Amino acid sequence: MSRHTLSVLVEDQPGVLARIASLFARRGFNIESLAVGPTETEGVSRMTIVVNVAESPLEQVTKQLNKLINVLKIVELDNTAAVQRELLLVKVKSDNNSRSAILETVSLFRAKVVDVAPDAITIEATGNHDKIQALLKVLEEYGIKELVQSGMVAIGRGAKAVSDRTLRSS
Amino acid sequence: MTEITGAQSLIQSLESSGVDTVFGIPGGAILPAYDPMMDSKKVRHILVRHEQGAGHAAEGYAQVTGRVGVCMATSGPGATNLVTPIADAHMDSVPMVAITGQVPSNAIGTDAFQEADIRGITFPITKHNYLVTKADDIPRAIAEAFHLALTGRPGPVLVDISKDALNAKTTFNWPPVMNLPGYHPTTKPNSKRVKEAAERIVAAKKPVLYVGGGVIRSNAFKELLQLAELTQIPVVTTLMARGAFPDSHPQHLGMPGMHGSVAAVGSLQQSDLLIALGTRFDDRVTGQLSSFAPEADVIHVDIDPAEIGKNRFAHVPIVGDAKETIIELVAALKDEHKAGRTGNYEAWWANLNRLRTEYPLGYDHPVDGSLSPQYVIERIGAITGPDAIYAAGVGQHQMWAAQFVKYEKPGTWLNSGGLGTMGYAIPAAMGAKVGAPDKDVWAIDGDGCFQMTNQELATCTINNIPIKVGLINNNALGMVRQWQSLFYNNRYSNTDLNSNRVPDFVKLADAYGCHGLRCETREEVDKTIEKALGLNDAPVVIDFVVHKDAMVWPMVAAGMSNSEIKFARDMAPQWMRSDDE
Repeated sequence: MSRHTLSVLVEDQPGVLARIASLFARRGFNIESLAVGPTETEGVSRMTIVVNVAESPLEQVTKQLNKLINVLKIVELDNTAAVQRELLLVKVKSDNNSRSAILETVSLFRAKVVDVAPDAITIEATGNHDKIQALLKVLEEYGIKELVQSGMVAIGRGAKAVSDRTLRSS
Repeated sequence: MTEITGAQSLIQSLESSGVDTVFGIPGGAILPAYDPMMDSKKVRHILVRHEQGAGHAAEGYAQVTGRVGVCMATSGPGATNLVTPIADAHMDSVPMVAITGQVPSNAIGTDAFQEADIRGITFPITKHNYLVTKADDIPRAIAEAFHLALTGRPGPVLVDISKDALNAKTTFNWPPVMNLPGYHPTTKPNSKRVKEAAERIVAAKKPVLYVGGGVIRSNAFKELLQLAELTQIPVVTTLMARGAFPDSHPQHLGMPGMHGSVAAVGSLQQSDLLIALGTRFDDRVTGQLSSFAPEADVIHVDIDPAEIGKNRFAHVPIVGDAKETIIELVAALKDEHKAGRTGNYEAWWANLNRLRTEYPLGYDHPVDGSLSPQYVIERIGAITGPDAIYAAGVGQHQMWAAQFVKYEKPGTWLNSGGLGTMGYAIPAAMGAKVGAPDKDVWAIDGDGCFQMTNQELATCTINNIPIKVGLINNNALGMVRQWQSLFYNNRYSNTDLNSNRVPDFVKLADAYGCHGLRCETREEVDKTIEKALGLNDAPVVIDFVVHKDAMVWPMVAAGMSNSEIKFARDMAPQWMRSDDE
């Protein structure tokens, strides 16, 4: 089992997320993270799906996804050849004693403070999975009151776009 | 351009798609569509008695005509009653379009009367589906639905149309522009792979053509025959492929799988090269997957890339239409032959011929003088002949109909292979008879199956669809009972249907306006079948009262290796003789 990042271009149609989620559920795959948003092309959305599977079931789920009529293209983004980012918003307990240490951590991780209250600080951070996990580990000792995290988004390095071939062929 | 209603647009779309028959039942949400339907000169609507019947009838119609079968139902329960035939068509790759009414769009999501999210419900059991809420979108949705249902790997497509869209004003343009940027089925095989396949075929010592339903769907009957005769390779046809290769052909070893012939099962188990054509290595064929055809490399041809490598690794994967691929493969093999490379399968055939001589399909006549179900089915096939169409339900009678009716032509055998839907036979036979009115159409049914969908006999009588029903009545859910005999210590929990007491099938047939006949002895079998074949003014139901304890053999127990096949209870074939190899 290993983590794989699938970039899936889909038609922006009602129900397409449900189709994909239902397919994953039916074939017994657990989605670790999912992010959906618009792309540079109108009518085309992009889903970044992170799954934890072995090689051959991954091939099967990719083929099954390809059978969905609303799916235009699927690319596996190699961890090393792609930039991967998650967004984290986390509310940490803080008082006069801990505040400066927390702020130091924030700056070390090149994160941002987005809200301050007398007894809490809300921090925004972006980064790859490992960085976000590392930050959370450090913040844990101050007491995390609430956290929210986006699914991962990813983009391949270099000049080529995932949609290049798709748009030409359609 | 003249304004028409969405409902009129729907009917015109169906007419423009070449639809001549729709099986359905009206109801509240679909009601607007039924008004212009009444005026259509091109579309014959057949009012069924249950939506499941409409769906299976559409499947039967599709399989004998090679066109898309169409069924129609209202929202909510009408639509959910179509779920079983839709799932059935999905499993068996039957081209079908299901049209359902939906509550008005402003009521969707309010738990309105007769509301069901049929699009959501059918996500996993359709090739694609639509929810149409604007009248203007109806022609495009219908055109796309027919295109999707019939091309690539065929399958069911559902179009759910809200009542307000059916009532709204629109204009009609045909053909509409289809917008399917994500749909590009590959039909043309990769020629390098085809060449590689040909090289492997001539080099193999023990190849088998493992033929599936895809060969029938792609209409590759002649091409397969050519391939087989060119190469002299043995052929097995799966349950879905019965009729894809003539049963009378000397290269045909029969059906593989759980109830396959010893020769067919044995050929796969001993093979060194499976040439899998339009087949999906279903568990009922492979038995325990890890011990299936353990020596064999695999050439896998399928139009659906997801089937290749799903259950079994393919050494030569070929994505393509079966017909196109076989044509190219034949050409590539001729090149090999020209270059002096031909396969030599003499030793292989010697072994297989021994298996088929020593372990032919067979059955015994019950010692108590009661009727053997296998005999009845064998006689139905022999007397009616290979031009007729045979639809079966699911269970023992289905397996016997697959084993003992001899199929010579594609599209003459209809059954629920993947989903295993009891009750399939009568409505499927009805649809087949509508699609092929000049052919004799038999529903070979069990007494369990019959009682799930026999209401469609009313549809058959009223609409002059004279099917024949060969009811193999053993008073029990026979296949389940067989498993109880073999694996549950003869504890017959809830499998006795008491069909000898209730209902009286002859009276029931009579009540439906059918001819009801009963046959209880071997002497009467031929006479009764011949009598039924002579009665064409109404459907015929023959109640064949058969022995209760007959079992389907050969059998590979579920989850076991195919090599553990038994040709009769506790009787294992001897795979190798010392003089073989």
